[in-house]
Amino acid sequence: MTLRPDLAAIAAHVAPGSRVLDIGCGDGALMAELESASGCDARGMELDGALVERCVSRGLSVVQGDANVDLANYPDKAFDYAILSQTLQTATRPDLILDELLRVGRRAFVSFPNFAHWRTRAALMFGGRMPVTRALPVSWYETQNIHHVTVDDFRELAKAKGAVIEQAWFFANESGIGASGANWRAEFAVFELSR
Amino acid sequence: MAPAGSSPVYHLPHPLPLDSGQALEGAQIAYETYGTLAEDASNAVLVCHALTGDQYLASPHPITGKPGWWERMVGPGKPIDTDRHFVICANVIGSCMGSSGPASLGPDGQPYAMRFPVITIRDMVRGLVALLDGLGIERLHAVVGGSMGGMQALSLAANWPERAARVLVIASTARHSAQNIAFHEVGRQAIMADPAWAAGDYYAGDARPDNGLAVARMAAHITYLSEAGLTEKFGRRLQDREAKGFGFDADFQVESYLRYQGSGFTRRFDANSYLYITRAMDYFDLAEEFGTEEHGGKLANAFAGTEARFCIVSFDTDWLYPTSESRHVVHALNAAGAKVSFVELSAPHGHDSFLLEHDQLDRVVKGFVEQ
Repeated sequence: MTLRPDLAAIAAHVAPGSRVLDIGCGDGALMAELESASGCDARGMELDGALVERCVSRGLSVVQGDANVDLANYPDKAFDYAILSQTLQTATRPDLILDELLRVGRRAFVSFPNFAHWRTRAALMFGGRMPVTRALPVSWYETQNIHHVTVDDFRELAKAKGAVIEQAWFFANESGIGASGANWRAEFAVFELSR
Repeated sequence: MAPAGSSPVYHLPHPLPLDSGQALEGAQIAYETYGTLAEDASNAVLVCHALTGDQYLASPHPITGKPGWWERMVGPGKPIDTDRHFVICANVIGSCMGSSGPASLGPDGQPYAMRFPVITIRDMVRGLVALLDGLGIERLHAVVGGSMGGMQALSLAANWPERAARVLVIASTARHSAQNIAFHEVGRQAIMADPAWAAGDYYAGDARPDNGLAVARMAAHITYLSEAGLTEKFGRRLQDREAKGFGFDADFQVESYLRYQGSGFTRRFDANSYLYITRAMDYFDLAEEFGTEEHGGKLANAFAGTEARFCIVSFDTDWLYPTSESRHVVHALNAAGAKVSFVELSAPHGHDSFLLEHDQLDRVVKGFVEQ
């Protein structure tokens, strides 16, 4: 099974044998990869019960829970890595989630769709409507993405939170691109943070 | 009460120490097994039964002739696969299907009745652990239980953490709530208000407190079902009549159903056992067991340092042990750093859903037990 590019970048940079919490783990694709390829002890959290059932059915340890409230029960630094992939923009308070990530994990990976990508800018600029793009395919009234964020916004939030950006990866057209001009060139971004 | 069927019986070699401070002399445990124990005894799965369950997990009940209570879950090729696993189910201490309980004979040759010591969930599990010792099983591949069976699974995980590698708890709780205790008290009072109960000393006579036990079962049965499930099954439909009878016969189908449930139950269950087992459930509070004088009960303490994997399952329409209770257990396991899965499944039938057809439950159980 091929991982989504942002997940593949994360999988490639998690140290083998680590303890990992994947928040918003979906069907568990990343967890399965981390367990089988890297010998990690992977745990997951997912809101959607049907996805949790699929994860547990395939032998993964996943808790049905809401990252907005259920992260509070994990002890400090319980994990080597806390991972939040494509979920930050759905959180009630992304800033508080980021705090929790950096509390329960020694390091955190965060991936999100970049709202400042040129397609999004163009759609808004010339169409005058909320963008519906490859990266953000759902209409404004149905989307789970309630807090759109850009690469530069995220960098600023990380700084405000006292987090160190260890590494960052950017993607467009399903492949990696350089960091220069990432705020308008990247469809997706992945950050590795520590504090 | 008919005698137990042909279940093998394990005679405990030592008196069973109890939480009350007493010890049970000459205790015995009736059990059933399915499948074959591996040479290294690594494939054993212990399934713990609920309040009115018994060891007839996947084989016909000797009194009712009905299929085992979880035959849809346990058997060759089933989610708990007896082609791979050696599955054990034992009648709990205090019950009435061959294990020591109030109907058993005491040292003086007379039935214990109310002289039987009050037991706890942990006492039941202590008995099960003794049975595992007797069977030569040091570490279970998994312990599995629904409802009161889930309490036993949690108790085993907390008190004998080295005895199980996987712990699967379905539609259960780590403590009995005031509402849980209240419903049980209604049942106990119904039994004790029956003149035939005779302070528990009814075994020698002809009369048994069947009326009281039936009412206890009727009240409890309501808590096992959801309101929507009852409405769907019975609504306000009348039983075998065109119009209301203006009397106190079972006019409504739901009345007739409950009466049938109540009277059927008395044929296979001992009223005193019902008193003792409901008491044990009411006393259950795992956090309290692991509390300290300074800090009081903290559930996470019960699981400190555990290496077992846990899977907790709740049902959205279960109001007896609602999802919030399962979540409470999950939070404690997270705090203890345990490897835990949790899912709330959707099912229309309330607490009893864990015994009924549910494909998602099957997949979760299979996935967790096989992992």
